[in-house]
Amino acid sequence: MSWIVTNIWLIPAVPLAFSLLILFLSSSRRAAAAGAAIIGQIIALGFSILAFLPTLQAPGFRAVQSFTWFTFGDQALRLGWVLDPLAAAMLIMITLVGLCIFVFSVGYMAGDKNFTRFFAYLSFFSGAMLGVVIANSLLLLFVSWELVGLASYLLIGFWIDRPSAAAAAKKAFITTRIGDLGFFLGMLWLYHTSGTLLFYDNGNGALEPSGLLKIGSSATLVALLIFCGAVGKSGQFPLHVWLPDAMEGPTPVSALIHAATMVAAGVFLVARVYPLFSLGAVNGVTPSLMVVISIGVVTALMASLIALAQFDIKRILAYSTVSQLGLMMVSLGVGGVAAGIMHLLAHGFFKALLFLGAGSVIHGLHHEQDIRKMGGLRWIMPVTFLTYTIGMMNLSGVPFFFSGGWTKEEILHRTAEWPLSRLPHYLMLAGVILTALYMTRQMIYVFFGRKRETSDAHESPRVMTMPLIILAVCSIILAIVLTPAWPWLHAYLNGEPARLDFGALIQPMLFLSLLLVAAGIGLAWLMYRNAGETDPLARAQPGLFRFLGQKMWIDEFYEHTFIAFSRVVAHLSDFLDRYFWDGLVNLFSGMGQAFAVLSKGFDDHAINARVDNTTAGARRFGRLIAARHSGQIQAYLGAIAIGMLLLLVLYAWLA
Amino acid sequence: MAGLITTLIVTPLVGALLVSATRNYARALALVFNLITIICAFIIWRNFDPGLPGLQLVERHSWLPAIGAEYLFGIDGLCLLLVVLTSLVFPFALLAQKMDRSFCALMLITQAALYGTFTAHNFVLWFLFYEMSLVPAFLLIKMWGGENRDRAATKFFLYTFLGSVAMLLSFLGIYFARGTFDFISLAELGKTGDVLPGKLKWLAFAGIFLGLAVKVPLFPFHTWLPDAYEAAPTGVSMVLTGALSKMGVYGFIRLLLPLFPNEIATLGPWLLTLTVCSIVIPPLVAWAQSDLKRMVAYLSINHLGYCMLGLFAATAPAVRPLEEMHAALSGVVMQMFNHGITAAALFYFVGLLEQRRGSRGIDDFGGLMQRTPLLCGWMSVVMFSSLGLPGLNGFIGEFLIFKGSFAIAAGYTAVAVLGLLFTAVVFMRAMQSLFSGPLTRACSTFLDLSSHEKWAIIPVTLLMFAIGIAPQFLFNIFNTTVVHMARLLA
Amino acid sequence: MTSTLQLFLIVSSALFSIGLLAALSRRHAIFILIGIELMLAAANLNFIAFWRFGSQPQPPVGVMVAIFSIAIAAAEATVGLALVIAIYRHYRSTNVDQLNQLKG
Repeated sequence: MSWIVTNIWLIPAVPLAFSLLILFLSSSRRAAAAGAAIIGQIIALGFSILAFLPTLQAPGFRAVQSFTWFTFGDQALRLGWVLDPLAAAMLIMITLVGLCIFVFSVGYMAGDKNFTRFFAYLSFFSGAMLGVVIANSLLLLFVSWELVGLASYLLIGFWIDRPSAAAAAKKAFITTRIGDLGFFLGMLWLYHTSGTLLFYDNGNGALEPSGLLKIGSSATLVALLIFCGAVGKSGQFPLHVWLPDAMEGPTPVSALIHAATMVAAGVFLVARVYPLFSLGAVNGVTPSLMVVISIGVVTALMASLIALAQFDIKRILAYSTVSQLGLMMVSLGVGGVAAGIMHLLAHGFFKALLFLGAGSVIHGLHHEQDIRKMGGLRWIMPVTFLTYTIGMMNLSGVPFFFSGGWTKEEILHRTAEWPLSRLPHYLMLAGVILTALYMTRQMIYVFFGRKRETSDAHESPRVMTMPLIILAVCSIILAIVLTPAWPWLHAYLNGEPARLDFGALIQPMLFLSLLLVAAGIGLAWLMYRNAGETDPLARAQPGLFRFLGQKMWIDEFYEHTFIAFSRVVAHLSDFLDRYFWDGLVNLFSGMGQAFAVLSKGFDDHAINARVDNTTAGARRFGRLIAARHSGQIQAYLGAIAIGMLLLLVLYAWLA
Repeated sequence: MAGLITTLIVTPLVGALLVSATRNYARALALVFNLITIICAFIIWRNFDPGLPGLQLVERHSWLPAIGAEYLFGIDGLCLLLVVLTSLVFPFALLAQKMDRSFCALMLITQAALYGTFTAHNFVLWFLFYEMSLVPAFLLIKMWGGENRDRAATKFFLYTFLGSVAMLLSFLGIYFARGTFDFISLAELGKTGDVLPGKLKWLAFAGIFLGLAVKVPLFPFHTWLPDAYEAAPTGVSMVLTGALSKMGVYGFIRLLLPLFPNEIATLGPWLLTLTVCSIVIPPLVAWAQSDLKRMVAYLSINHLGYCMLGLFAATAPAVRPLEEMHAALSGVVMQMFNHGITAAALFYFVGLLEQRRGSRGIDDFGGLMQRTPLLCGWMSVVMFSSLGLPGLNGFIGEFLIFKGSFAIAAGYTAVAVLGLLFTAVVFMRAMQSLFSGPLTRACSTFLDLSSHEKWAIIPVTLLMFAIGIAPQFLFNIFNTTVVHMARLLA
Repeated sequence: MTSTLQLFLIVSSALFSIGLLAALSRRHAIFILIGIELMLAAANLNFIAFWRFGSQPQPPVGVMVAIFSIAIAAAEATVGLALVIAIYRHYRSTNVDQLNQLKG
C-alpha cells in the first residue's frame, strides 16, 4: 500500500498549511503568495494522483484510517480518513479544477490590492474542501463542511468595501447554516443511534451493515436531516437563494466554489451517506429518496426557468448550477449514485470552464456583467469563445464528444428506470430543453450578433486562457471514460470491472435527448438570433418574464415572511426583556420601595408622633414652671411666707 | 504540597494590599501578582493527579465548630479547570485598560474571592467567598462604570444578593435539620433523598435555585446582566462574564444537582424549557440591540444557557444513559472554560473599539477591514469561536452538550439548536456592519492593534485554536471528575 | 398686766411680722437685710420666752443658745452686707427688682 494511502490527511493539510503561510506574508509579496498557493495546489494534485493509483488496482478499493480526536468521560471520539473511488475521483477533480482556477486568478486578480489574502483564502478553501471529500467521519466531514462555509463567506465577501458583497456573504453563511442545523441534528441522531460517527470502521462503522442495523427505523429522519445540510450547501430549493447572490464574489471564486466544488459538496454528502437514504428500500424507493427527488426536480426546473430571464452573465451560470445540482439530486434519488457523481465530476470541469470563460469576458470588458451590453465577442475573444462553446455544449448535454452529454444521458436513463413514476423523467427531459435554450440564449447575447458597448474589449492574457483550454480539454477527455460503450468511470465508482460494449451506444434514449437538445438550441437560435433591445420572451410574455426575472419573488417572499417575522420576534423579545421581564424585577423592587415608604409613614405618623406629643407636653409644662422663676428674690421670699402660712393653717386645721 | 490552595487565595489579597499602597505602576504590580497566581495554578495542576476522582490537595482545619464551619479547601478536575480559567481571565482583563491602583486592588480581591469559591468545600466558607466577590464587583461597576452605572451596580448587587440570601436561608434550614455544611456529606444526603422533610424540601430547593439562577443567569432572571455588563468598564465586563458567571454554573453542579435530584427530575420539563428559552431568546434580543456591549452580553446568556441545557439534560429526564451524561457533562465543563475565554475576548475587542471610537453603537463603525485588518481579523476569529465554528474552541463544548442532550432530551435540544442559528445571525450582522462597506469618516483615523494589544490577544486566540484542534489536554483535567460526577448523579 | 408667755409671743410675732413686711416690701437690699435681722430677733425672743416660761428655766442653757444664735446672725449679716456691697459694685444698684439673673 502506498504511503499516501496511510497519510491521506496530507492532501488537505498541504493547502491549509500554505494558506496559513500566505496569510502571514506581507501584502506586497504578491508573486510569493500566488506561487505558494499554486505550489500547494500542485502538491495536492500530485498527492491526489498518487492516491488515485491504488484505487485502480482492485474494484471496490477502500482504505480507512481512524484516530482518536479526544476522549471524554470514558469514551473516545474517533475521526478518520477514507480513500475510496468516490473520494479519489473527487480529489482529482477538485485539485485539477482548483489548480486551473488558481492560475486563472493570477491574471484575473492582478490589479487587486488584497491579492495575497485572496490566495490565502483560496488555499484555505481548497484544503477544507479536500477534507470534506476524504473524511471518514460525519463529524470530520461536518468540521470541514463548516470550514468550507467559512471560506465561502470570506471569498464571497472578498471585496469587502462593497456593501452588496458583504450582504451576499452574510446571506450565504446564514442560509447554509440553516441547512447545517438540520445536518447537525442528523449527525447527533446518527451518533446516538449507531454509537459512532465513522462511516467505515472494519465492520463497525455507521454505514456498514451492523451500524445500519442499529440505526434501523430512524434512518429516514436521520437521512432527511442530513439532507437539509445538502440542501443548504448545494443551493437546492428552498435554500437556493444565496447561490445567485454569491456571484458578488470575484469570478474565480464563483468558478471554484459556486460551480465546481463547494456546491457539489451537498451532492457528495448524499452520495457518501447513501446507505442511510436507501436503508429499507423497496424497489429502490424510500421516503427520504422521494424527498430528494422532489427537491431535485423542483430545483432543476425552477432554476432553469429563472435562468431564462436573467441578464447577468454570472447569474445565468449560477442558476444553471442550481439546476444541474437539482439534476444530480434527482439522479441520486432514483438510485443512480454513480451517475450523479459522474455528472458532478463532469460538471465540475465544464462549469469551472464556463465560469472562467465568463470571467475572461468580464475581464475583457472591464467588469461588465450585463449580457445586453455584450455581443459579437466571437472574433474579439476567439479562445474564450471556443472554450466557452465547448462548455456550453457540455452543459446543454450534447453527447459523443462532451462529458456532460454522457453523464446527462446516464441520469436520464436512471430516471426512466425509476419504478414509481415516469414524471421525474419527463420533467428532466423538459429540463434538457430549457438548459439548451438558456445557454444558447446566453451564447447568442454574448458572442454573436452586433457589438454593443464592446468596442474596447480585448482577449484575456495567456495566464487566463491557458486554464480555459486545459479545462476544455479535460471535459472532452473525460467523455472517453463516460461513454456507455466503455463505462469505466461508472464501473470504477460502483466498484465493478468495466466492460467494452459498443452495442450500448445504440439506444433510443440517446436519439431522443439528442433531438431535445437540438430542439432547444434551434428554438433559442430562432428566438434570440435577431433579438432587439427587449428580450423576445419579455415581448411575448411580459408578466411571466418579470416573474422569472425577479427570481419568482422568492427572496422577497422570505424577506417579508421569515426574516420579517424573526425581526419582529427579535424586537418583541427585546421589548419584553426591557419592559416585561425587567419590569417584573422593577415591580418587585418597586414593591420593596413602596413598603419602605409605607413603614416610613407609619414611623412618622404613628410612632414618632406619639413620642413627639408627649415630649412637647412635657416641654410646655416645663416652660410654665420656668415662668414662675422670675429671679425676683422677694417673690421667692413671699412664696416661702405664703407656704409657711399655709403650713400653719394646715397645722391648725389638723390639730 | 500543603497550603498550595491557601497560597493561591492569599496571593491576590496580599497583592491587593501592596497595590493599594503603591503610587505608580499599580497595574504592573497587579500583573506581577497575577503571574504569581498563574504559577501557583500551574503548580497545582502539576501536583494534581487527573486519574483520581475525589478531592485532592485537601486543606482541612477546624474553624468554627459551633456552626459546622470548617476550613476546607480541595481541588477536583472541575475546580482546577475553573482555577486555571480565573488565572487566565484576570491578567487579560487587567491588560484591557489602564486603571489606577484602587481599581487594580479591587480586581485582585475579586480574583481571590473567585479562587476561594472554586476551591472551598464547606458551605460557610464557600458562601463567604461567593459573597466576597460581590462587593468589589459592585464597587468596580459603581466607580468606574459608564452611563447608568449607579442604577446598574445597585441592580446587580441587590438582585444577586437577594438570591444569595434565599440560598443562605435554605442552607441554614438544611443545617438546622441535618447539622452539616460539608459539600460531600450534603451530596450523600441528597442521594438518599431526605435532605429536609416534606414541603420544606421544596422551599429549600426554591431558595437555592433562585440564588443560582440569578447568578448564572437563567432566563427570566437575567435582566440585571445586560445592564451590569453594559455599564461596567471593559476589564470588569471581561471578569464578570469570563469568571464570575461561572460561579452560578459551578454552584448548580456542586450544590443543587447533588442535593435535589428528585426535585430536578420532577421539575425537569420546566427547567429544560427555561434553559431552552435562555438559549433561543437572548440571541434574538441581541439581534435587536444597537449597543455592541449589550449585544455581547445577551450572547453570553445564550452560551451559559448551553451549559444549563447540558446540566439539566444530564439530570432531569428519567432515562439517562451514562455515556450520554458523560458527553453532556463534559460538554458543560468544556463550555464553561471556552465561554470564559471567548466572551472575555469579545468584550476585550468591544473595549478596543470603544477606546478608538469613543462610542460602541453598532452603526458607529463601518469598513474597518480597510483600516484595521489585524483588529478585524483577530476579532473575527473570536466571533467565529463564539458562534461555534469547528476548529475553534466553542464548537467542542457545544457539540458535546448537544450530543448528550439530544440523546436524552431530543425535543428540547432540537429547539435549542436554533440558538446556534440566531447567534450566527447576530455575529454576521455585526461583522457586516463593523468590518465591511465603505470606511466611515469617524473610523478613518483608527490605529490597528498596537504591539501590546497583540500581546494580550494573540495568546488567547492561540489557546482558542489549540482547544479547537486538540482539546485532549483540557479533557485530561476533568475526565475522571466528570465520570465520578455522572455516577453520583445517575 | 402680768409678764406672761402670751405677751412675749405677741411682741415676738409683731416683731416678725414687721421684719417680714420689711423684707417683702422694701426694694433696697440693705433694708431687706434689716427685715431679716428683725425676723431673726423675733425668733430669738420667742426662744428666750419659751425657755423662761418652760419646764426647766435654769439660768445658762437658754441664754447660751440665744447668744450663740445672735453671734451667728451677726456673722451672717456681715456676709450679707459684703454680698450687697459686691452686688452694688457690679451693678451699681442695690435694687433687688433689677437683680433677676436667676430667673428660669
